[in-house]
Amino acid sequence: MAALEEEFTLSAVPLGAGPDGLLGVEQCDKTDQFLITDGGRTVILYKVSDQKPLGSWSVKQGQVITCPAVCNFQTGEYIVVHDSKVLRLWTNEDVNLDKVFKATLSAEVYRIHSIPGTEPLVLFKEGAVRGLEALLAEPQQKIETVISDEEVIKWTKFFMVFRHPALIFITEKHGNYFAYVQKFNSSVLSKYTLLLGQEENFVIQSFTASLDRKFISLLSLSSDGCIYETLIPIHPSDPEKNQQPRVVRSLLLKTVVSGNARNALSVLDQDHVAVLGPPLPASKECLSIWNTKFQTLQVSKELPQGTSGQLWYYGEHLFMLHGKILTVIPYKCEMSSLAGALGKLKHGQDSGTQTMPHFVNWETSQGYGLESKNSEPSKRILRRRTIEPSVQPEVPASQQLLSIIKKDSEKHIEIELRKFLATKRTPDFHTVIGDIAIGLLERCKTEPSFYPRNSLMQLIQMHVLSYSLCPGLMEVALEKTDIQMLQLCLQQFPDIPEAVTCACLKMFLSDAVQDEKMEEQMGILQNGFNPEEDNCDNCDKELSKKPQKTVEETTSCPVIPKRAALLNAVLHSAYSESFLLPHLKDIPAQHITLFLQYLYFLYLKCNENATMTLPGIHPPTLNQIMDWICLLLDANFTVLVMIPEAKSLLLSLYKFVKSQICICSELNKIEVSFRELKKLNQEKNNRELYSIEVLELF
Amino acid sequence: MGEFKVHRVRFFNYVPSGIRCVAYNNQSNRLAVSRTDGTVEIYNLSANYFQEKFFPGHESRATEALCWAKGQRLFSAGLNGEIIEYDLQALDIKYSMDAFGGPIWSMAASPSGSQLLVGCEDGSVKLFQINPDKIQFERNFDRQKSRILSLSWHPSGTHIAAGSIDYISVFDIKSGSAVHKMLVDRQYMGVSKRKCIIWGVAFLSDGTVISVDSAGKVQFWDSATGTLVKTHLVANADVQSIAVSDQEDSFVVGTAEGTVFHFQLVSVTSNSSEKQWVRTKPFQHHTHDVRTVAHSPTALISGGTDTHLVIRPLMEKVEVKNYDAALRKITFPHRRLISCSKKRQLLLFQFSHHLDLWRLGSTVATGGKTSGKFLVPGKHGDTLPLSKDADHLLQLKTKGPENIICSCVSPCGSWIAYSTASRFFLRRLNYEHDNLSLHRVSKMPACLRSAVQIMFSEDSTKLFVASNQGSLHILRLLEGSFKHLHTFQAQSGTVESMCLLAVSPDGNWLAASGTSAGVHVYSVKRLKIFEYSIPDKQYTEWSRAIQKQGFHHHWLQRDTPITHIGFHPKRPAHILLHDAYMFCIIDKSLPLPNDKTLLYNPLPPTNESDVIRRRTAHAFKISKKYKPLLFMDLLDEGTLVAVERPLDDIIAQLPPPIKKKKFGT
Repeated sequence: MAALEEEFTLSAVPLGAGPDGLLGVEQCDKTDQFLITDGGRTVILYKVSDQKPLGSWSVKQGQVITCPAVCNFQTGEYIVVHDSKVLRLWTNEDVNLDKVFKATLSAEVYRIHSIPGTEPLVLFKEGAVRGLEALLAEPQQKIETVISDEEVIKWTKFFMVFRHPALIFITEKHGNYFAYVQKFNSSVLSKYTLLLGQEENFVIQSFTASLDRKFISLLSLSSDGCIYETLIPIHPSDPEKNQQPRVVRSLLLKTVVSGNARNALSVLDQDHVAVLGPPLPASKECLSIWNTKFQTLQVSKELPQGTSGQLWYYGEHLFMLHGKILTVIPYKCEMSSLAGALGKLKHGQDSGTQTMPHFVNWETSQGYGLESKNSEPSKRILRRRTIEPSVQPEVPASQQLLSIIKKDSEKHIEIELRKFLATKRTPDFHTVIGDIAIGLLERCKTEPSFYPRNSLMQLIQMHVLSYSLCPGLMEVALEKTDIQMLQLCLQQFPDIPEAVTCACLKMFLSDAVQDEKMEEQMGILQNGFNPEEDNCDNCDKELSKKPQKTVEETTSCPVIPKRAALLNAVLHSAYSESFLLPHLKDIPAQHITLFLQYLYFLYLKCNENATMTLPGIHPPTLNQIMDWICLLLDANFTVLVMIPEAKSLLLSLYKFVKSQICICSELNKIEVSFRELKKLNQEKNNRELYSIEVLELF
Repeated sequence: MGEFKVHRVRFFNYVPSGIRCVAYNNQSNRLAVSRTDGTVEIYNLSANYFQEKFFPGHESRATEALCWAKGQRLFSAGLNGEIIEYDLQALDIKYSMDAFGGPIWSMAASPSGSQLLVGCEDGSVKLFQINPDKIQFERNFDRQKSRILSLSWHPSGTHIAAGSIDYISVFDIKSGSAVHKMLVDRQYMGVSKRKCIIWGVAFLSDGTVISVDSAGKVQFWDSATGTLVKTHLVANADVQSIAVSDQEDSFVVGTAEGTVFHFQLVSVTSNSSEKQWVRTKPFQHHTHDVRTVAHSPTALISGGTDTHLVIRPLMEKVEVKNYDAALRKITFPHRRLISCSKKRQLLLFQFSHHLDLWRLGSTVATGGKTSGKFLVPGKHGDTLPLSKDADHLLQLKTKGPENIICSCVSPCGSWIAYSTASRFFLRRLNYEHDNLSLHRVSKMPACLRSAVQIMFSEDSTKLFVASNQGSLHILRLLEGSFKHLHTFQAQSGTVESMCLLAVSPDGNWLAASGTSAGVHVYSVKRLKIFEYSIPDKQYTEWSRAIQKQGFHHHWLQRDTPITHIGFHPKRPAHILLHDAYMFCIIDKSLPLPNDKTLLYNPLPPTNESDVIRRRTAHAFKISKKYKPLLFMDLLDEGTLVAVERPLDDIIAQLPPPIKKKKFGT
C-alpha cells in the first residue's frame, strides 16, 4: 500500500527565484545526498536525512547556470554547465567555481545525464550525444545536428538497458512530438513519431518513463488532465527501414489533474505514479499517488502554498518546491500480499514445529525462547568483550551493525551479526532484524559481488522475518539461484507473493537443482546449521525410498529427494488461486508434467494409509496436494493435452477423479442414513416421557 | 455398587412461575424473590444459594414490589392494593393492609428503613411509618396524573424520584410536593410511540437520577436542575428494571430482550478524577423479559418471565476464584414437589392448584446378569421394553385461590395429604382392581389448620404434620379415619416453624429441623422431646471420619444444594442423595475418596482388572445421567425412580420471547 509520510523541508532559504523554479535535483554518489541546482546561479549539496546543506557553489555574477548539476558516479566529481556552453567540473573540496576545471564546448548543451554504473552523457540542443570523457578530450570537437530546425527537445531520460546505457529524448515541432532512442552499445538512434490519438490539440505537460522488459513505457500528462502511456520498443524491429515508425499512446488514467496549471508526473514503480497538480480546476495543488493497475488513488496530499510544477523522485523521496521552499516527502510502497488476507494460509500443522508466531504481540514480543541456541555465542562474546571495551555504547547496537553492513567485509558482518543476535532481544527485535536484512540487501544491489549468504541465512532462521519485512531478499536469492535460501524462505515466510512462489517453483523444477545438488549439500555441511532442513531431506528420502522397497505397483518418486524437499516447501506456502494461476501459466510444459507426476506420486502415497497422510515430520497434506493438482491443471490444461508424455498421467488422474466422485457420492448416501439414525436416536433420548432404563454405578 | 432399574419420568409437566421481583438484603446476605403467582421465596446466598424459606402464593395476590426494611423485615405490595408483611419466623403472612390507592405498582423503603413509600394506580405516592408491629399511614404526596411505576429514595432520605408515564417527578419528603418534573422523550428511534413508561428510577447521592423506560433508554438526569444529562439507548424493547450497588459505582439494568447490561462509573482517562458512567458488560442469560434485577456487592442478580433466577458474580469483586465465581441459574424450587408411594409405585406431583397421581409402568424384561441378590435385565444404558405404560390415575384440584404448600402420598398409597395456607386436607384412596375411588376425610381437628411439612411413617399408620406455628402434630391413621394422638408444642417462646421432617423407619423417632437450623428429635412412643443441635456430639463415627478427612475437592465444588436424602431400606450403609444435576449413593463401608482419586467416573472400567477396580472404588458413587433431576428415590432394592424436567419443555410452554434480528434477516 502506497503511503506518503510526513513532509520535511530541506532549507529555510527560498529557492527557485526564476520563473521556471528549480533547474533540477540530482542524485549524488553518496546515498542520501542530492545536488540541487537553483534556477539562478547556485548549486547546493544537501544531505536529506540531516536536512542540512553540505556545500554550496555559485557561478560569477553575469553567468547563468543553464543545466542542472550532476555527479559523475565514476569519479565523484560534480559537473555543471553555465551559459549553455561552459562546462565546469569540481569536487567537494573546491570552494570557488571560478577556479575549477573549465571546458568551453562548441555547441549548446541541453542536459548532462549521469547515472550509477556508467560515464555521464552530454546531450546537446541539436540532439547529438557525447560521452563526457570523449568530450573533455576534445572540447571543441564538431557537434552534429540530429534534429531538424524548429524541433525543440522537451524532455529526456537516461536508462541502463541490460547494462547498456540508452537515452530517450522527446522533441516537439509544431505540436507534433517525436521520440528518439539512442542506444550506445549499437550506436543506433531510432526515431518515433508520437501519435496523440484524438486529443490532438492538447499540450503535453509532463513526461516520465520507466523501463519494462522490452519497452520503454513513456507516460505523458496532457493538458486535459489524463495520463497516457506510450510503449517505445527498446530494440527496434528493423532499423534499416527508412520509414519512421509510429507509436500510439493509449489512455492510462483519466483526469487525474485539471489542466492549464503546471502539472508534473513521475513514475514511482511498476504500478504507481505520482502526479502533482490540482485535482479540480479551483482546488489547491495536490501530490497524489495513483495505482495504474487498479486505477485507484492511493494517497493524496494537499500543498496549499503551490508548487513550481516540478517533481523529482529518487529512492524513497519525492522532491518539490512547496511555495519557495524545497520540500521532501518520503514515499513508501510496501508490497501487499493478498494471500494472507484471502488466500490459502500456511497449513496449521506448521505451528507445531514453528514456535515463532508470525504476529507481533506489541506488548510482549520479548523473550522468545531462543536462549538455548544463543547461549554458546553469547559466552564467546562475553570473552571478547573483556578484551575489547565496547565501542560507542550510546549508539544502539542495531545502528552500529547497520553501519558495519554498509562498508565492512562479509566475514566481519557475519561475526558482528552473530554478536548482535546473541544479545538480549528488544521489543522491536523483528523490525531491527528486518532493517538489517534490508541493509544487507541494499548493499547486495549496489555491489554485485557482495552476497552475505551466511548472514542472511542466520537472519531468516531467527523466525521473525517475513517477506514484507525484507522485500528484496527472495529476489536476490532467485538471482543468485540460492536454492537453499529459497527453501528456507518458503518454510519461514507467511506472506510470499504468488509471483515469487511461482518463480521459486520454476527454479526448483529447472535443471538448476540437479546441478547444484552436490554443491549445496557441501554448503550445508560447511555451515553446520539448519538441522530442520536435513530432516526434511531425510524424510523425503525415506518417502521416495519406501515405495520402491515395499509397494511394487506404485510408481517410484519421479524427482530426486532434494527436489522433492524443495517442492514440498512450495506446497506448504500460502497462496491465493486467482493470483497464482497467471504465473503458473509461465512454467514450461515439461516442468508442469514433472510437477504433476510428483504430486500424483504424493497422492498415491497418501492413499496408502487410512489417515491419508504422508510420513515425515512436515509432509504436505492431502488438501494441499489436491489443490495444487487442480491449480496446475487449470492453468495448463490446454498445453498438457497436447503433450504426448502427459497423456498417461492425465488419464490416471482422470480415473482417480472418477473413483473419488464415486466414493464421495457413496459417502453422501451413507451420511444421509447416518443422520437419520442419529435423529432417531435423539428422539428416543429426548422425546420419551417415560422409560425404564438400566443404570450401573461405578 | 450395583445395577439399578431406573424409572425415568419426564411427564411431570411442572412450569415454575415467572419471577417478578427480587430484593437483596445486605445484612443477612439473603435474597427475596417473588413470582407471578404470588409465591415469595427466600434464598440464603451464604449457604450455597439454598432456598430456605417459602411463602405460598395466592391467586389474587400479584406481587409488584418487594422490599426489605428495618433490617430483616420483608414487605410486598401488589395489584390488589395491599401491603403485606411476612413473618419470616413462622413462615406466615403477618398482616396485610390496604393502601387505598388502587393497585400498587411500586414500593421503596427509606434508607434508614423506618419509612415505606408506595406508588399507586391513582397517581398517589403514600408514605407509611414502619412501627415495630405494624405499619401506619402517614401522608400522601402531591397526586400525579398517572400511575407511579417506580420509586427511589435519595440516600439522604430528603428527596425521592418517582417514575410515571412520560415523566419523572422529584418530591421533597418534608413538603410532599413535586420539586421537579422531568419529561421523557416519547420518540423511539425516530418513531413516536404512544407512551413512554418509566419502568425504573434510581436516585444517587450526588443528585443524579437514572431512569429506564419502555423506549429502551437509560437516561441520566440532574435532579437539581431537572435536566437530561446523558442517554444510553440499550435496547429495541423496554428496559424494565434497574438496581444500583451500595457504593454507587455500578448499576445493572434488565431489558425485555433478556439482556442484562452492567454500567460502571469509570475514570475518563487513567489517573484522572473525572468519572463517567460507561456501559461495560452485556449478559444474555435470559430468553425472555428481565422483569427485575438486584445488585449484591459481588454479583448481579436477575430474574424474569423465563423463570430462571440468575446470579452472575462480578469477577472483579470475587476475591477467590472458586466456585463462588461461577454463574448460578436456579430454576427449580428446592422444596419437594414430588412424593412417592413405594409399595404401589405411585408418584404424586404437586402443582400450584392441583395434584396429579401417576402409577409407574412396568417391564417384563428378564435375563441379564445377576447383581447381588436380585436380577437386573440388560446392561448399563439399556432401555427396557415396557409391558405397561405409566397411568395418570387422578387429578385433585383445590378450591379457592390459595396455592398448595405441601403434599404427600403415604408409602402404602392409600392416603394423600396436602395443605394450603388456610386448610389441611386428607384423602383416602381405595383400590378395587383397576378402579380407584377417593374419599374425603372430614372433620379435621381444629388445631390442624395448615402445614408446612407432611410426612407419613414408613408403615403408613402415622401422619406427622408440621404446622407453621412451630408445633408438630401426630395423627394415627386407621381404616378410613384418624385419631389425633399428640401435639408437640414449639419450644417455649419461639414461633419458628419446622421446615424439614424425617421419620425413622420404625416410626418411633421423628426428626424435625427448624428455620434456625436446630434439629429436634422426638420419640413418638414416649412422647418426649430430645433435642440435639448441630454442633452436638450426635454425629456418627462415619460423619466424624469424613469431617476429619475432608470431602473431595470436586464434591465441595458442587454448586447446587442437595435437595433430597434417602436411605437404602435393606442396606443401612447406603445413603442416596441428589441435587438438580447429579445423584450420588454413598457407601459408608467403602473408603473415602481422597483428592487424587477420580470422584466422578462416568464410564465403566472395562479393561481394568478386578483388583484395580476394588482399589479405586470409593464411597461416593455418582451419576450425572439424569438432569435436571427433581426427584429421585429408591422404590425397592434394585429400582430407582428419577423425575426429570427438561428445560426445553418448560421453555416450550412459555410465551414466545421478543423476536430479535439475527444476521440481517
